[in-house]
Amino acid sequence: MNVATSTATMADSAKRPEQTILQIQQVTKMFGDTKAVNDVSLEIRKGEIFALLGGSGCGKTTLLRMLAGFERPTAGRIILDGQDITALPPYERPINMMFQSYALFPHMSVEQNIAFGLKQDGMTRNQIGDRVAHMLKLVHMSKYARRKPHQLSGGQRQRVALARSLAKHPKLLLLDEPMGALDKKLRTQMQLEVVNIIESVGVTCVMVTHDQEEAMTMAGRLGIMDSGEICQVGSPTEVYEYPNSRLTAEFIGSVNIFEGVVNEQAEDAEELLITSSELECPLELSLNASVSAGMPVAVAVRPEKISVSFERPEQAANWVKGTVSDIAYLGGISTYHVEITGGRRIQCTVANVARSTQDRATWGDEVYLSWDTASGVVLTS
Amino acid sequence: MKKLLNCFSQGRTWIISVPYIWLLLFFFIPFAIVLKISLSESAIAIPPYEDLISYADDVLNIKLNLGNFHFLLQDDLYFLAYLNSLKTAFFATVLCLLVGYPMAYFMARAEASVRNVLLMLVILPSWTSFLIRIYAWIGILKSNGLLNNFLMSIGLIHEPLEILNTNVAVYIGIVYAYLPFMILPLYANLLKMDLSLLEAASDLGCRPWKTFLKVTLPLSKAGIIAGSMLVFIPAVGEFVIPSLLGGANTLMIGKVLWQEFFNNRDWPVASAVAIVMLLLLLVPIALFNRYQAKEAANEAK
Ligand SMILES: Nc1ncnc2c1ncn2[C@@H]1O[C@H](COP(=O)(O)OP(=O)(O)OP(=O)(O)O)[C@@H](O)[C@H]1O
Ligand SMILES: [Mg+2]
Repeated sequence: MNVATSTATMADSAKRPEQTILQIQQVTKMFGDTKAVNDVSLEIRKGEIFALLGGSGCGKTTLLRMLAGFERPTAGRIILDGQDITALPPYERPINMMFQSYALFPHMSVEQNIAFGLKQDGMTRNQIGDRVAHMLKLVHMSKYARRKPHQLSGGQRQRVALARSLAKHPKLLLLDEPMGALDKKLRTQMQLEVVNIIESVGVTCVMVTHDQEEAMTMAGRLGIMDSGEICQVGSPTEVYEYPNSRLTAEFIGSVNIFEGVVNEQAEDAEELLITSSELECPLELSLNASVSAGMPVAVAVRPEKISVSFERPEQAANWVKGTVSDIAYLGGISTYHVEITGGRRIQCTVANVARSTQDRATWGDEVYLSWDTASGVVLTS
Repeated sequence: MKKLLNCFSQGRTWIISVPYIWLLLFFFIPFAIVLKISLSESAIAIPPYEDLISYADDVLNIKLNLGNFHFLLQDDLYFLAYLNSLKTAFFATVLCLLVGYPMAYFMARAEASVRNVLLMLVILPSWTSFLIRIYAWIGILKSNGLLNNFLMSIGLIHEPLEILNTNVAVYIGIVYAYLPFMILPLYANLLKMDLSLLEAASDLGCRPWKTFLKVTLPLSKAGIIAGSMLVFIPAVGEFVIPSLLGGANTLMIGKVLWQEFFNNRDWPVASAVAIVMLLLLLVPIALFNRYQAKEAANEAK
């Protein structure tokens, strides 16, 4: 028996140690018999943007609402900046939230909306006026100070909502599906703008989204959630390049997964060999997980890591022969669907570097797909 | 084709005109008749007033008698009755609001299954006759009625309370009878309120009671106004309740009108009383309409 362990050296883990501002400790939330959030523990660092990403009904909103104080955890503790806030009502937490529907007060002007939270703190009129003016400038809404929310466009409403939730200088900013109410084009524009504003203020932010692109664009770290549990936490690159489970691999981007069994190997081997019944040759990959010989594992290979050629590759492992069954031309890249023996289809993307289509594989062509040892990732669950 | 279109547009004109025909038949024509009577002179005849227009000896006489209105000004009974009606209706409306708002609030915030039951309970009493329900209050409020007997039996009071035939009884009656008209528009308004606004207020540091004052209350303004109008307007002209529950000194314009009409058989004066009452009520109705138009314009923007 041979136990291979490895620590993948990842660029991000070498970052300077950061101060933790929010600790979520074994938090569980039950609604009747359904476990909306199941034993979640998380640490959020000061000044980062953290995205909770997951499919519908996985408990993202519930977790966020517990941070805001609208739901009380069934079990567990929430600690903000050293203070246990688990039992604090929302109006006593130094946390502000931007609601998915923005929840702007319809009977108040933009100015009054932003001033609302400040008035609760007993600031003087002048202080409030200054802060509101500053906030309006920050979100480029100074011109609209006296408008009512119903006189604003969707994007403008979002800016006001953001300004309102930042006005009190919260220790933590919560965003619930921040782009959910915007159309696609505005969405990409606002994603970058919201990040810029948040970073210029320097506030710690936890956001919830079901859109992986949005999460990867906006957040410094992601937490992938499924049925109430956090499956993986890491930077967008970590989560994309080193998924730890089938679920994360499939949730973020597309992936080809091969089932196989770990081969016997030498103590000091640097590569892992896996035999898959789906492939004629073995799978070879650099060590990145602790596995033992004979263990059934899954290997994930991202489509863009696979190259397509007409000649048989020279390497002994990591290739497969197949016929092109489908091509999706997307402009900059094309996605090939290649059928290999056994009927299984494999996805790979090819950058359309040359303008002419002469040298490219087309429908029905016999092609060889190959990838190198650094491309495959072992999924242990 | 053209014929068909014509037919169509005619049909549409018809449908649009239905409410106007309704108004004409059941509001405008009766109003004109009452106005006519108010301008005539009373007479011992059937009906007990003279015609406005007479034709004799080749002379067409149109006689508009403003004396009835003049008479209303001379006797301050009428002025006091109007004032008292407005006052009673106003305070009854305020009481209805104070009682109805919390009820509507908790109904709107109750669970969906409970909500409909509560709504039924509010509407249910109006399935029996209004008159009977007011009579029932006589049984409750009189000196050896249910309320006094109960209070005496538990030893809270030793003498029966004098409630029946006082203004208190009138207020109880009006609040009781018109409460549903206050609750229903408020309930509808509070039900459709976006609850995330309340969460947002709480999130921004607002305590529950202050959230109510700063968010819930201003946002339910339309419901408050609608409910108040629905109570105030009929309460001004109310006559069954002051007649049955009020005392000899309960002065309300509805009661005065009734007495002029049936006891004195002075139709012209009674009509003049009615016309003035209508004019007085036009003021709040017009204000209400203007408010609603403004709201609608805001919404449309
Ligand atoms: N107030 C509630 N009462 C009962 N069950 C609830 C309540 N709120 C949420 N749930 C349940 O908890 C689970 C998680 O819900 P949650 O709203 O957190 O999901 P989500 O991840 O935000 O999903 P989505 O992306 O669709 O918004 C769901 O199964 C949902 O039905
Ligand atoms: Mg949600």
